[in-house]
Amino acid sequence: MIAFWILAPIMVLAALGILFVRKAVHAALLLAVVMLSLSVLYLVLEAPFLFAVQIIVYTGAILMLFLFVLMLVGVDASDSVVETIRGQRLFAVLGGLILGVTLVLGVGQISLGTVVGLDEVNKDGNIEALANILFSRYVFGFEVTSALLITAAMGAMVLAHRERLTPKPSQADLAAQRVRDYAQTGLHLGPLPPPGVFARHNAVDTPALLPDGTAAEASVSRVLAARGTVRSAPRDVEAVQRSIDYAPDTIGDKPEDRTEGGSD
Amino acid sequence: MDSVTPFIVLSAILFTIGSVGVLTRRNAIVVFMCVELMLNASNLALVAFAKQHGNLDGQIAAFFVMVVAAAEVVVGLAIIMTIFRTRRSASVDDASLLKY
Repeated sequence: MIAFWILAPIMVLAALGILFVRKAVHAALLLAVVMLSLSVLYLVLEAPFLFAVQIIVYTGAILMLFLFVLMLVGVDASDSVVETIRGQRLFAVLGGLILGVTLVLGVGQISLGTVVGLDEVNKDGNIEALANILFSRYVFGFEVTSALLITAAMGAMVLAHRERLTPKPSQADLAAQRVRDYAQTGLHLGPLPPPGVFARHNAVDTPALLPDGTAAEASVSRVLAARGTVRSAPRDVEAVQRSIDYAPDTIGDKPEDRTEGGSD
Repeated sequence: MDSVTPFIVLSAILFTIGSVGVLTRRNAIVVFMCVELMLNASNLALVAFAKQHGNLDGQIAAFFVMVVAAAEVVVGLAIIMTIFRTRRSASVDDASLLKY
């Protein structure tokens, strides 16, 4: 029971966190906290088999699938806070509160009687007891489950598969397309510029500078730009310039030289 | 032996939080996670009642819920991926073509 009183607040806080965090990845990690705590509660409730299944299936497989899809969908998949239906959030919270209070009060009112406990049933081990029921009384449900699983696998394959409608462009086609783009829109013919190389930073997040001193947008990865971690090269260059001009001995020692250009 | 009522109350609270999340969040993946939270909460209640009544039917039911949840997640995430591929967005507000 001690485990319950430790884990219950953690679970409720983590579950509330899912409601409030903006990034989907954080929500997935909070969900992992809830699921792992839940598996420990299964152990408290004398269900060692479900404890293992909860960790393997939920935390191992399902949550990994969530994270996998989040990686595919992209880093900029954070939730918008704009309310599309007016007052929807208020009514949702209100309805949720009513549901929660009703459920909790209702459950609190009834008395469940004495707990029988699973010691008797689990005499020969929980897994054996579960298997006895599963393969006798619930054997039909078990068989139907296999049909469900294979249907789900087929469905996922059909949904995720994309038929190629046009032939795959060859290297010659790509080159021709490049020259055509250059002729039509003046798009740069050569490869993208490499990121700026400044000795003070990891260069991939620092844009290269054009001859006039402005940053070349195309030189940093689109993903870094979406994440908002691109450094502003010109400011760095200015800082270096200043430190050279005014204090040639203390480059990098003054705190204001370490311009953190991130976040915008 | 102590009562299982606290477990049932916790399961009710988690279910409520999950349902509020389904109603308020915009990102389809987060909505899906909240559905998983609700399934987990109901599982907790099933396992708690299994202990209360001293038979394993509740645990078997929770086991089947897990199996169905696994199948559901596979198909659901495939659908979300397909939607994302066609509209470049995982927001539930953008998938509203049936309205018109």
